[in-house]
Amino acid sequence: MAETAADATASTPGQDPNRRDFIYIAAVAAAAGGAAAVAWPFIDQMNPAADTLAAASVEYDLSKVEPGAQVVITWRKQPLFIRNRTAAQIASAVKDDHADMKDPATDASRVKPGHAQWLILLGSCTHLGCVPTEGGGKYGGWLCPCHGSVYDTAGRIRSGPAPKNLELPEYTFLTDTKVKIG
Amino acid sequence: MLRKVTVWAAALGVLGALAVTPVIAATTHEEPAKVHWSFEGPFGTFDQQQLQRGLKVYREVCSACHSMNLVSFQALGDPGGPFFEAKYKKSSENPYVKAFAKDFQIDDVDTDTGDKIKRPGTPADHFPAPFANEYAAKASNGGAIPPDMSLLAKAREGGPAYIYSIVSAEGYKAPPAGLTLTPGQHYNIYMPGDLSGAWTGDPNKVPIGGVIAMPPPLADNKVTYDDGTKATQDQEAKDVAAFLYWAAEPKQDQRKQIGLAVMIYLLVFTGLLYAVYRKVWKNESH
Amino acid sequence: MSGQSTYEPKSAITRWMDKRLPVSRLVWDSFVDYPTPRNLNYWWTFGGILSLCLGVQIITGIILAMHYQVGPGAFASVEHIMRDVNYGWMIRYIHANGASMFFVAVYVHMLRGLYYGSYKAPREVLWLLGCVIYLLMMATAFMGYVLPWGQMSFWGAKVITNLFGALPLVGKPITIWLWGGYAVDYPTLNRFFSLHYLLPFMIAGVVILHIWALHVAGQNNPTGVEPKSKADTVAFTPYATVKDGFAMSLFLIMFALFVFYLPNALGHADNYTEANPLKTPPHIVPEWYFLPFYAILRAIPDKLTGVLAMFGAIACLFALPWLDTSKVKSMRYRPQAKLYFVIFIVACVVLGFCGAHAPDDQVIPGLSAFQLLDSNINSFVWLSRIAALYYFAYFLVITPLLGLRETPLAVPESIAAPALSHPAE
Repeated sequence: MAETAADATASTPGQDPNRRDFIYIAAVAAAAGGAAAVAWPFIDQMNPAADTLAAASVEYDLSKVEPGAQVVITWRKQPLFIRNRTAAQIASAVKDDHADMKDPATDASRVKPGHAQWLILLGSCTHLGCVPTEGGGKYGGWLCPCHGSVYDTAGRIRSGPAPKNLELPEYTFLTDTKVKIG
Repeated sequence: MLRKVTVWAAALGVLGALAVTPVIAATTHEEPAKVHWSFEGPFGTFDQQQLQRGLKVYREVCSACHSMNLVSFQALGDPGGPFFEAKYKKSSENPYVKAFAKDFQIDDVDTDTGDKIKRPGTPADHFPAPFANEYAAKASNGGAIPPDMSLLAKAREGGPAYIYSIVSAEGYKAPPAGLTLTPGQHYNIYMPGDLSGAWTGDPNKVPIGGVIAMPPPLADNKVTYDDGTKATQDQEAKDVAAFLYWAAEPKQDQRKQIGLAVMIYLLVFTGLLYAVYRKVWKNESH
Repeated sequence: MSGQSTYEPKSAITRWMDKRLPVSRLVWDSFVDYPTPRNLNYWWTFGGILSLCLGVQIITGIILAMHYQVGPGAFASVEHIMRDVNYGWMIRYIHANGASMFFVAVYVHMLRGLYYGSYKAPREVLWLLGCVIYLLMMATAFMGYVLPWGQMSFWGAKVITNLFGALPLVGKPITIWLWGGYAVDYPTLNRFFSLHYLLPFMIAGVVILHIWALHVAGQNNPTGVEPKSKADTVAFTPYATVKDGFAMSLFLIMFALFVFYLPNALGHADNYTEANPLKTPPHIVPEWYFLPFYAILRAIPDKLTGVLAMFGAIACLFALPWLDTSKVKSMRYRPQAKLYFVIFIVACVVLGFCGAHAPDDQVIPGLSAFQLLDSNINSFVWLSRIAALYYFAYFLVITPLLGLRETPLAVPESIAAPALSHPAE
């Protein structure tokens, strides 16, 4: 059979081996570098597109939420819970501030100062992402229908498989009754 | 080696010829005027000041009839765009973009009542259309729908130079005697079309150009530029054409930047491969 | 070239694998140790370039399909790719220009086969498979061009599907079946998208057969003389691989020039206007790679005959191995055939130009000539008739007769003989 790759690249007499190797190595390195550079656009195209990233903030008028009630709005294509907590619900959450919890947090850290009645959470169970049901579970917070995670009235995980408290989105109060989320 | 070079040169030549072949020579209208653009050539980029001026012309003049459905407000703050500033990493956080968007009223639905409402625009919104739908656009414009401007500069042969030519002082002319125009028609020498049907003169001397439903849109001082540039009709026409080219091809600056890197890389890599090729074949006749 | 495999697995793992699924052996035998005629010139690198094109089109196409939407949002979704998707503009421009690059390469590849007689025994099946790939490429490119749903997409789809309406009796039902309605509409777009996604994988499948057939018969070479001894060949790797690699890199430079600096030069401005079923653009022109066939279609005033002639032009390629009567493969030794071949290329280019112009436009502006039958003699329709006539004559008359009548030059004994002494071309 004809020459093999090994024969062809074997050193030739009278040839500076360093220079020959350099050219092969440079060509292979350039090819590898080029391939890596080409790969990036093909990976990055799967990241959120500019229009997805831009549609990020939402404003909401809280006066539409009755005391003790919860509304669910859509934010970044996910459910967002806005709960107007009663004094009793706040008290029961504050009472448990130092109870034994998986993800310890005080009730005050879950709301904005001076707006303790407003609890704004991402409606996505921290276990595997189902939407927890309002008022379920023995703490009067939420119960996840998928695998039974129980959250209290501050959205903290109290029992079940979920590892973390319900996530708080970034939001600010524009006025006492108006919030901007995101 | 010479033979190989010839072969490649021939291959490139044939393709080049294909690329520049004027497919369908349109001889019935004036070729667009030559304009110097900041974005021409392999290194040309958008002139941000010009884009801002052009945006103003679009907003204050064109947008009364022409939609620009595919362009979002936040794109204005992207690299190369009229409001780009390097310190705002996300275009949707750019204060100019936000302030600009806020001035527009966007159709929306009240999620509590289901009523149709108007709300101030956000960077994620697109330019609102002047007419509710194409029927309304048609009815309000004597049966001619003003084309959407998002891609106009790429959708017309001649591109921005064509747009400039149409709306510059050179485009609209008084119709020559013998050309019968219906009400709502305007004669423009840069407009493609066939005027032989409306021409009553010598059939071998049909005037060049065509009819356009749009009345002359620009005039001196139609807008007041914020940067102090004198708003002549010619300046306005150039600025709006440049802006519309940006609207049609907003990634042009990035395209040329990446293109430069790619070309340099490919030239070096090809050179390396040629060296490898020479080495490998050194002792083989062929 | 069947021979003993020289593959020797080196490690325990490769030995284990070699007994069970000898993939490495297949790769070694096909792409490393495969004996390649040593005198292949640069025209032979286009096979590798075509594999590259297919790979690029499939990868970029799969990515575009992640962001493209079929239906009323099709046009806007393409602009979403161009404006919002990260590097979407680049991926779309690569795909759109990649189609043109693919055809550039395939035409060079086909003309090379034509010139050097690569379709002749024992490579008839290799050639036929290539013709099938070309047909599939045309179908894929046509359906892909419809997807952006611009004016040219829409009217191109309408015109081409209406060709089938030329068939007697079944014409109308077939077009309605193709459309899934009474006009080109979203159902048509949806099925075209599905098929546009499917066909490239069929092409890849036929490419595997094509390469298989190539490895059975062995590569043809510029002399057309089959390799006789080891002196006539070199190993595929590194000799052919490095040459192919160099040629691919040169090809990529041209490709990149279009993608980054002339991205819309090969396209049509009208396709940046959304499809409008109520308004036909003033001039319907297919992409450049279809222009010669389009010119043949329009050269004939009768619809059915025109359609048949267009398909006949492609059928000629399929029949070529049995039309050529020459004993000598390579035109290097057939001076007369060389001349007719050059005229053939000119005829194809002329047909392309005719396809790009309105049929009644004057070829030589201002020259008034006489009327012949339906058109002035100084019109593109008459020019396309002359060129089309030559196109068919080349396959059906010149090729069969020339092989019987010509006296070819002396053909070398073996590849190595002339290759070592570099005779004048």
